[in-house]
Amino acid sequence: MTSLFEEITPAPATDVPVRRVTITVNGQPRTLDVEPRLLLAHLLRQGLGLTGTHTGCDTTNCGACTVLYDGAPIKSCTMLAVQADGHEVQTVEGLGTASELDPVQEGFTHEHGLQCGFCTPGMMMASRALLNANPDPTEEEVRFALSGNLCRCTGYQNIVKAVLWAAQRERDAQPPEEAGAEAATDDVPVEQEA
Amino acid sequence: MTVTESRALDEIKIGGMGSRRRRVEDNRFIRGRGHYIDDIVLPRMLHMEILRSPIAHARIRSIDTSRAYEIPGVRLVLTGEMMATRNLAWMPTLSYDTQAVLATDKVRFQGQEVAAVIADDPYIAKDACEAIDIEYEPLPPIVNPTQATADGAPLIRDDKENQHDNVAFDWEVGDKERTDRAFAEADVVSKISLHYPRSHPSPLECCGSIADFDRATGKLTVYMTTQAPHIIRAAVALVAELPEHQIRIISPDLGGGFGNKVPVYPGYVVSILASILTERPVKWIEDRTGNLISTGFARDIYLDGEMALRQDGRILGVRMHTTSDHGAFFSDAQPSKFKIGLMHSAFSCYDIPTAHLTARGVYTNKAPGGVAYRCSFRVTEAMFFQERMIQAAADDLGMDQAEFRRVNFVRDDDFPHRTPFGFLTDSGQYAKCLQVGLDAIGYADFRMQQEEARSRGRLLGLGISTMTEPLGAGNSREYDILGIKMFDSAELRVHMTGKALLRTGAKTQGQGHETTWAQIVAHELGIPAEDVLVEEGDTDTAPFGMGTYASRSTPVAGAAVSMVSRKVRAKARKLAAHLLEVSEEDVEWELGRFYVRSNPAQGVTIQECAAAAYSNMPDGMEPGLEGNAYYDPPNLTWPFACYIATVEVDPVTGVWDVLRFVAVDDCGVRINPMVVEGQIMGGLTEAYAMASMQFITFDSEGNCVGSNFMDYLLPTAWETPGWELHEVVTPCPHHPIGAKGIGECATVGGPAAFVNAVIDALGGTGVRNIDMPLLPDRVHEALTQHHDVSGAPPVKTD
Repeated sequence: MTSLFEEITPAPATDVPVRRVTITVNGQPRTLDVEPRLLLAHLLRQGLGLTGTHTGCDTTNCGACTVLYDGAPIKSCTMLAVQADGHEVQTVEGLGTASELDPVQEGFTHEHGLQCGFCTPGMMMASRALLNANPDPTEEEVRFALSGNLCRCTGYQNIVKAVLWAAQRERDAQPPEEAGAEAATDDVPVEQEA
Repeated sequence: MTVTESRALDEIKIGGMGSRRRRVEDNRFIRGRGHYIDDIVLPRMLHMEILRSPIAHARIRSIDTSRAYEIPGVRLVLTGEMMATRNLAWMPTLSYDTQAVLATDKVRFQGQEVAAVIADDPYIAKDACEAIDIEYEPLPPIVNPTQATADGAPLIRDDKENQHDNVAFDWEVGDKERTDRAFAEADVVSKISLHYPRSHPSPLECCGSIADFDRATGKLTVYMTTQAPHIIRAAVALVAELPEHQIRIISPDLGGGFGNKVPVYPGYVVSILASILTERPVKWIEDRTGNLISTGFARDIYLDGEMALRQDGRILGVRMHTTSDHGAFFSDAQPSKFKIGLMHSAFSCYDIPTAHLTARGVYTNKAPGGVAYRCSFRVTEAMFFQERMIQAAADDLGMDQAEFRRVNFVRDDDFPHRTPFGFLTDSGQYAKCLQVGLDAIGYADFRMQQEEARSRGRLLGLGISTMTEPLGAGNSREYDILGIKMFDSAELRVHMTGKALLRTGAKTQGQGHETTWAQIVAHELGIPAEDVLVEEGDTDTAPFGMGTYASRSTPVAGAAVSMVSRKVRAKARKLAAHLLEVSEEDVEWELGRFYVRSNPAQGVTIQECAAAAYSNMPDGMEPGLEGNAYYDPPNLTWPFACYIATVEVDPVTGVWDVLRFVAVDDCGVRINPMVVEGQIMGGLTEAYAMASMQFITFDSEGNCVGSNFMDYLLPTAWETPGWELHEVVTPCPHHPIGAKGIGECATVGGPAAFVNAVIDALGGTGVRNIDMPLLPDRVHEALTQHHDVSGAPPVKTD
């Protein structure tokens, strides 16, 4: 793919060391020169303009910066961009398309699972990871899977409903035989991120 | 004979009042396409970082910025001395005190702003902050009111003339003599002492600003995380002495506010000066620790409460003495003329003949506090104190908690009612709300269960909290900020095709104004809500308003939306008469349409009237279909809430779990029930947070304990209880659509329900109080040692 602008940022005027990394973001390989100390969240936001990934705490507590890293939910404020070299990252911008929403996105608006919207991208990415691993979670499993993500507005009840709504929507959309095959994954425990 | 069917639109179908309309703003938020402050990038933008004091109280001997300037990419380093050359080292607060912008003489709390670096990149700015050398001479720190008022206490505010101690104010309200008489006649006097601890609103998005001064035009544009952009514009005009028409404040999407984004913070001011000096946009984004240790503290107030009681359960009088810890600067963001805000709205739902309140405010070496946190100016503390005093009084009388409230409630037919401190309440069905709550929780059954469980060593408890609170500042007679009266505004333009643009002086932070304001327009004009675009937050386009806090949006700006829609409808009626070729008196209105009274089939829609306003207006009529309204409410609104919690306390560990929580809210007519329920559930979660885990305090050195989310715990989905919601509707008699405020009821009334429940579970131990948060070690101490547990700082840290 060609573009009008070179993505590779010019080397800083100082002698700050940089490293070239290639990260597949939302399906597109992106190559950038980065300072080794640059956080992945900042690369996504400032380097690539993907501002849907928010930072709310700097200490890995709030989860607003949650993205999928090789499919697993991680907090991108606590990973260096250079660590992601060669890996795949999915952000909220890669969830659904402009015309077709992911069921998780639909669920959040359908069940009023957001108010100010700041935690929402991270919540949705954590929810997506849960449903990928467990298409039929219980309320308790949803609450546990989202316990690394803080919301100050909703009181969580509608967020839980939103995820359960999305799970139901996805199961309904699945042909019955596949649904049967998927049922085996129900027992797989959802990994709580560190 | 023909029967004419109504052609009125179905209000729910057009997204009008009462519709659980899905939120318009969600469309961008679920796609990660919101525009929060840190998402905004301007050409040539620089980045600012603030250096904060590590010490709570110290004299500044010297500041050396030379090493910082050596770092490539550093453009400017600002200190208090440089701010002073522009007369900006200090700024006025909203409570008529002064606050340091960047410290010059002393630092007065840990985290106070001392210097700022402006650089090409935020990482460079952070590096450079570490290269600023400051020599401090430590002074003894003060972390509570007892220390502040002790003999020989060091003077914190030696910058102020005529300030010889650490007392910020003394104030009183009520009838002392009559209250003294009531106590003299009392059968029983119930007493309790409490501390409502410091708390922090902690919206998930921290504060920030981007100042952009354009030398060529003289225009200053500031993107800012503010709940009240017009007030900020006025404040900037006054403080920075810039012409108001050349100041544009834009409040973008806000990642929550809860009161944290009402005050003017030093970072905003410094970024403005930095932009003026560098002639480039300057972005300041606060980090979480900066947010927790320097902004928007709430509460931190002590109560000595007394109640005069008659043996039959009637309350004869109330005495309250409060001591509030305001930190280093008295910067409460509250618009009343009362020093302690609306503390004296306490006991408004009870029929009490007399009350007296004395209040003292003190300075300490802590970040400036007293900001509203999801409450209207000390109302949260008032209602917490009230409901804790009520529980203690009922216990002292040996009376049932529900019955004691019922006996003392203001009756449904006793409105308007003058409260013991002089407010006027206008409506409510208090006993009914309580009954709905008791039925929902299964009160009698629970009491039996509780007794049975106790016999087996299990500790169950039930806590009730009932309250009416004043929401929706103002009216203009009693409430103002910097002299600006507390009204609000709306401006409505109906375009030629019947679509509309609505702007208000409020500012949504998650409340969903883009959705709900359109519903009011739909209700008044029959224009489908989806045809109404709502905009807020830009002072160059929005009409002047006082912003969103104090649950005032619906009571004030929402009323303005209703009134402006009615003005537009009045003009549309003239257009309809013209189109229908009848006189205006012969025109009737039903939702979405005017018709001829004698021939209802003959009518025109509101959209046809809109088209005529631009294409076919009668001779002599001013073209266009638009209007504006400034609404000055006749009174506050008084919603009522009954919250009931049941808990189980582990007798071994002191850990307590919520078994059930029932909420009965009467906020009058609900515009969008889904949004209202969302507000209630969010508020209850913050109430639970304050009661159970949100712990931000200070050690004896003045170090802030709880300066990040690893220490200042916010509840997650895992520990947050489920909420059971019920509603009662008593329309507000003076609001155009009968609505009352709701955003804060749950945060205000909720905490006492949890605490009352835990204290109830400890019945028989003699424990009257444990200060919030009810951490397991505090509950354990109360359980095992049978005494009250205070949470006042300093805490011991090892």
